[in-house]
Amino acid sequence: MKKTYRIEVDCANCANRMEAAAGKVPGIRSASVNFMTQKMNVEFEEGADPSAVMKQVAAACKKVEDDCVVYL
Amino acid sequence: MSRKQKIMLCRILTAGGLLILLHFIPAEGLLRFFLYLIPYGIIGWDILKKAGKGILRGQVLDENLLMAVATLGALVIGLTKTGDYTEAVAVMLFYQIGELFQSYAVGKSRRNIAALMDIRPDYANVELDGKPVRTDPDEVPVGSVLLLQPGEKVPIDGVVLEGRSSVDTSALTGESVPREVQPGDEIISGCINMSGVLRMRTTREFGDSTASRILDLVENASSRKSRSENFISRFARWYTPAVVIGACLLGLLPPLVSLALGRASEWAEWGYRALTFLVISCPCALVVSIPLSFFAGLGGAGRAGVLIKGSNYLEALSKAEAVVFDKTGTLTRGVFEVAGIHHSTLEDQRLLEIAAHAECASSHPIAVSIRRAWGKEIDRGRVTEIEEIGGNGILARVDGRRIAAGNERLMTQQGISFIPCHHTGTIVHLAVDGQYAGHIVIDDTLKPESAGAVTALRKAGVRRIVMLTGDRRAAAERVASQLGIEEIHSDLLPQDKVAKVEELLGQKSPKGVLVFVGDGINDAPVLTRADVGIAMGALGSDAAIEAADVVLMDDNPMQIAKAVRIARKCLAIVYENIVFAIGVKAVCLILGAAGVANMWLAIFADVGVMILAVLNAIRALFVSKL
Repeated sequence: MKKTYRIEVDCANCANRMEAAAGKVPGIRSASVNFMTQKMNVEFEEGADPSAVMKQVAAACKKVEDDCVVYL
Repeated sequence: MSRKQKIMLCRILTAGGLLILLHFIPAEGLLRFFLYLIPYGIIGWDILKKAGKGILRGQVLDENLLMAVATLGALVIGLTKTGDYTEAVAVMLFYQIGELFQSYAVGKSRRNIAALMDIRPDYANVELDGKPVRTDPDEVPVGSVLLLQPGEKVPIDGVVLEGRSSVDTSALTGESVPREVQPGDEIISGCINMSGVLRMRTTREFGDSTASRILDLVENASSRKSRSENFISRFARWYTPAVVIGACLLGLLPPLVSLALGRASEWAEWGYRALTFLVISCPCALVVSIPLSFFAGLGGAGRAGVLIKGSNYLEALSKAEAVVFDKTGTLTRGVFEVAGIHHSTLEDQRLLEIAAHAECASSHPIAVSIRRAWGKEIDRGRVTEIEEIGGNGILARVDGRRIAAGNERLMTQQGISFIPCHHTGTIVHLAVDGQYAGHIVIDDTLKPESAGAVTALRKAGVRRIVMLTGDRRAAAERVASQLGIEEIHSDLLPQDKVAKVEELLGQKSPKGVLVFVGDGINDAPVLTRADVGIAMGALGSDAAIEAADVVLMDDNPMQIAKAVRIARKCLAIVYENIVFAIGVKAVCLILGAAGVANMWLAIFADVGVMILAVLNAIRALFVSKL
């Protein structure tokens, strides 16, 4: 399953770090952050619960970049 | 500017002003140090805070921490040795200027590009009991009647019921000449109604309408990353740690070696050089400018009516080595038209009139094209005794005269001697009362731009241009020579085309890219198989938008060369930025290690390169003159 989330992040390198952090969260098959459109495209593993997984993703992103927001 | 950016601008101006002021205050010793801490605090407190948080979370290598370490280090050196604190404040100041510029430029170009693709309708005026009611387009069922005032966007695809107007399709096709519409014409969402009031009936739901599908495509475009972008992500991942390790070595090794050799260790000097290294460690110029270039390139292409589904395809398109055309619908119009009338014993118009009447009951494309060429009302009362001879033609009486219209077999069967035609296309022979009356040539005509498009592609650097067609060899060769295409593969059935494209894929050079151009009808497998599949004039064809990597909204083949040129320009900018940014950083690192460059130069290089790279990236947006 694929979903797109709106995000807010200030610098391009921070977006790269968010992408790497989001990709490591269990339940995520792949995540790509688009700095230009301020969007995160997420592909979930089969059977994962998107809302629970995305909470972890938001926390993981917060950890690598204090200034970012993921709108769930 | 957002609120955040305005606050940052105030901080930059205040800190900068204070820095200049302090330059003229003759304070000495600790007082001087504390005075300089004021602008340092104003400009850098959030960096220090983020750096602190980063340490607590185990994120050691983020640029906040690096900037914090570099500037604090410079303050310490100032306090213990030189008494110069300007450098530390200035580095922080310029770093923030760079960040502000980056966020401003990116935000600005994002809004610009979003505005270019501003085809999302906000509302639809649904007619209820003769009055327009403002409705969310998402809630309009198929078959609703909408009212369109001049200046309004067409919200949903549909058919015009009443009214005449011209519509501006430029947001969709890049074509600036407005299209005239009248009752019965299809009208697509995203166009702007310009001159008259229109009543229309919707034929689709909002989600399936052209505007929604295009927006969907554009918004998801940059999630497919190009190899250059992936390279930059990987580069950024090892670059920062590498520079930090380099800084540590530079700060520790030379003094220790000097110490071991019994010479003066010069800790401060080497420490300063190490700090200079840290200032250069941020890969920002690269990380922001490369995606920005692609984003601007995709946006510019979209504006020109070329929808590219991802930056990977933009990159591939720039390496286009071979372009393979499926003739029908790309180089030709894809619709059958009367191309000529030969050996007619009657007036041409009279011959057409007879043929159109004889064919009045048939729905065959050939019959339709003859009726269209005749162009006037058909009086069915004039036609009697229609008899269709399956696959060969029609026998009928028009105004009481016996007409035979059909192929050579029909003529032979009827015992009529005919003049064979040497032209391409389908030939309809006509006989009136058993006498041969000439024949009508029906063909798929070439688009007027096709020959120019082939030349333009060659000029854009495409080495091999191939035409695939189901036509017979002789016919295909004639078309190819008109267009200046040397390589053709004829007599192909639709299913042979995949095999042919696979064969061509095997012949290209390892880095070259094979582009297939189709009209999106029945060629989805080939579009998918080619390195880059381009679907032409695909407005309204769902399958093509699905299968193709690049969608041309208008069906002018010149757009293919334009797409290639846009891609080449964008990639040239990307490479310029990569070489420029990495080059300047490398030079600064060397100069910094040698002690030639100070922190001033390092921060100027960092911010300056970023600003230039971002400005260069924005150039990719301007594609109208390509």
